[in-house]
Amino acid sequence: MSEVSTAATPESAVEVKKKRFGGISMERAGLIIAIILLSAIFGSINPNFFSYTNITNVMRQVSVLAIVSVGLTLTIMLAGIDLSVGSILGFISVFGASQIVSFGIIPGTLIALVAAAAIGAFQGYWVAKFKIPAFIVTLGGLSFLRGAAYVYSNGMPISGLPSEFLLLGSGSFLGIPIPAIIAVIVYIVFHFMLTRTRTGRYLYAIGGNEEAAVLSGIKVARYKIFAYCMSGLLAGLASIILTSRVVSGQPTLGEAFELQAIAATIIGGTSFSGGQGTLIGTFLGVILMAIIGNGLNLIRVSSFIQMMVLGAIIVFAVTVDTLQHRKTGK
Amino acid sequence: MGETNAPVLIKAQGVRKEFPGVLALHDIDFDLRPGEVHVLLGENGAGKSTLIKIFSGLYPKDGGKIFVNGQETEIGSPREALRLGITTIYQEFNLVPTLTVAENIFLGKEKMKHWLIDWKRMFSEANALLESLNMHVDSRTLVSDLGVAEKQMVEIAKSLSEQAKILILDEPTAVLTAREIEKLFSIIKELRSQGVGIIYISHRLEEIPQIGDRVTVLRDGALVGTIGIHEGDQGTWIRMMVGRELKDKFPGRQTERGEELLQVENLSRHGVLKDISFTLHRGEILGISGLVGAGRTELGRAIFGADKISGGKIFLKGKAITIGSPSDAIANGICYLPEDRKSHGVVLILSVRDNLTLASLDRLCSNNVINRKTEKKLADEFVLKLQIRTPDLDRKVMFLSGGNQQKVVIAKWLCAQSDLFIFDEPTRGIDVGAKVEVYHLMNELVRRGAGIIMISSELPEILGMSGHILVMRKGRVTGEFSREEATQENILSRAWGN
Repeated sequence: MSEVSTAATPESAVEVKKKRFGGISMERAGLIIAIILLSAIFGSINPNFFSYTNITNVMRQVSVLAIVSVGLTLTIMLAGIDLSVGSILGFISVFGASQIVSFGIIPGTLIALVAAAAIGAFQGYWVAKFKIPAFIVTLGGLSFLRGAAYVYSNGMPISGLPSEFLLLGSGSFLGIPIPAIIAVIVYIVFHFMLTRTRTGRYLYAIGGNEEAAVLSGIKVARYKIFAYCMSGLLAGLASIILTSRVVSGQPTLGEAFELQAIAATIIGGTSFSGGQGTLIGTFLGVILMAIIGNGLNLIRVSSFIQMMVLGAIIVFAVTVDTLQHRKTGK
Repeated sequence: MGETNAPVLIKAQGVRKEFPGVLALHDIDFDLRPGEVHVLLGENGAGKSTLIKIFSGLYPKDGGKIFVNGQETEIGSPREALRLGITTIYQEFNLVPTLTVAENIFLGKEKMKHWLIDWKRMFSEANALLESLNMHVDSRTLVSDLGVAEKQMVEIAKSLSEQAKILILDEPTAVLTAREIEKLFSIIKELRSQGVGIIYISHRLEEIPQIGDRVTVLRDGALVGTIGIHEGDQGTWIRMMVGRELKDKFPGRQTERGEELLQVENLSRHGVLKDISFTLHRGEILGISGLVGAGRTELGRAIFGADKISGGKIFLKGKAITIGSPSDAIANGICYLPEDRKSHGVVLILSVRDNLTLASLDRLCSNNVINRKTEKKLADEFVLKLQIRTPDLDRKVMFLSGGNQQKVVIAKWLCAQSDLFIFDEPTRGIDVGAKVEVYHLMNELVRRGAGIIMISSELPEILGMSGHILVMRKGRVTGEFSREEATQENILSRAWGN
């Protein structure tokens, strides 16, 4: 359809259809194929890959990454980031453990979660009100909180956790590890929030074009604070679960964890430029990373080589994503 | 005065430029003599900057010929343009603020002594160049420490160091004070005497007799004419620039002016707006005209709460209100359609439906959960009502044409049930057909009792659509006309400050 105008500025409507297989986008199809392929490869090299023990172990392990990645999806989607999640894991581990020892499982956990949410909200406030890049604020948080974890615990693990508490991390319900059940519930809740609520819609709008969001009357600061608060809260939840698994509060928990969470989120299709990302994608990204990690373990690849593999995957995934975006003109 | 016997520096013959669906330039003849200042005039969208970009190698031409120094050439890239001696100086300077003046002048062509930069030569040669143009700037100064006028001088000096024979100046005086303008003119005269040819684009008609030798006027991509500086006056040029008939481009409209909707009293924003007062009634379109930088967008944003005001009062339906943020404005039924819809009006990466309902979600939600059925119904309704061309609601807005994107923005606010609309350049970059649809929409809105403030740089639009017109200049209201009183000439003269 041609439109004739006497204006001198060019106006062309670019019509590019992103390739789709059925209803699934190419990126997502690629992820699913990679997951299936890798499972087949690893499984054929070492059939233990498909054993019940292995699968439940992996589920238990990766639940923590999965939960933290939800928070990262929210913050990256807002064209921000939360680098402090690893340190929150460490801090809440020692802080939460001591609260649980002092006040009992439920009160201790609740206090820890509130603290984690408060930390997140505080960082969100700095990002939203002072307009300091999230990278900087959460980088500061990363350092500050790790130090705080050591200070709080005097560098030593906190033991004395009640044995019922350990059920959280190591228990199962109907054959499924409890951490995995919690992770799935978290995904369902937040997926619903992102796709079906006004809050979710506003988050996408702010991430996609903050100025347009402001001019549409959205109270941007409020939602930014919310996203970072959730990121903190989820890191706190993950920390409690992980602490239960390692049976003590550890200030070292979560070192370099943020990198893995960022990797899973980006591989899952969330874009740094903002406004794009789904929890389904993040979920697939987490699974892919879990399979790669577990598979490489089973074929006895050293964890150092695994770090190299992780680095390569992150760059590869983002490159593919960027080239895709360039084609569609964004 | 230009020498009429010397070979012409650059000549365009029958030049044509097309963009998808738009004929930006057709059949343009233009030439520049050595030692001449040739002024290029025309309204926004007339084709001036397209022609300039062709000369600077940024766009290829689609037809016609260009001759540089008598030889036919294709100016294939900016570098080639430089090689041919063509330099362009825009309003956004191409200087590196963290380097010195000398480094900027010789950027890419540093004076070397063996492996190292010869700083002595850099500074002394730069100083010599500046002195030759009567510019008194020390080449050791950091560009970031220079004022706007001095930066401009550095750009001019830089172009000379590149042996420019053809200098294109795009709105050079827009940001200068009177004294700096005098300085600039003396530099231009100096360049003229050195045989440099200058193409000078400006909206400031009063300056032109001071330095121009010839005037070429473009309108709607076509050449209206080229005349000597003494063959016409401001009136002549204005008539050449705007002399189109207002055909039935604007749907006729007789609407009763209703009750008072908005009253603005002494609205000020420090350094930007001063003492703006006016009234808007229901059923009325108030046009706001003026040059770029006059403060019109700032006025719209101030009323909408996007920028903070430093003084003044706003009354809505008779009641005094404070608007501290866009959400306050929206709660009061005021909405703002930004000038730059791509970066401020829509979220390109979201779908048509998401954009349409973005300002109305409160109504579509219970307990924060969006009622998808109601949302779809509402979105479908408005797509139909405004005839938004999109294959489906889920199409990302970035794939829509400019006209349809604008309709999405309008629909967003209709959805939000606003009754005071601030349209900032409502039809910018939209084709003629879609423009008429937007005008019909605006008429429909005011027929139903809404009030519209229409900020526009397109005079025909202002004259064709407004019931009442305000003209702004440098943050103030300098003219007010009813529809009957307003003419192109008197609006322009108020906009230019005569």
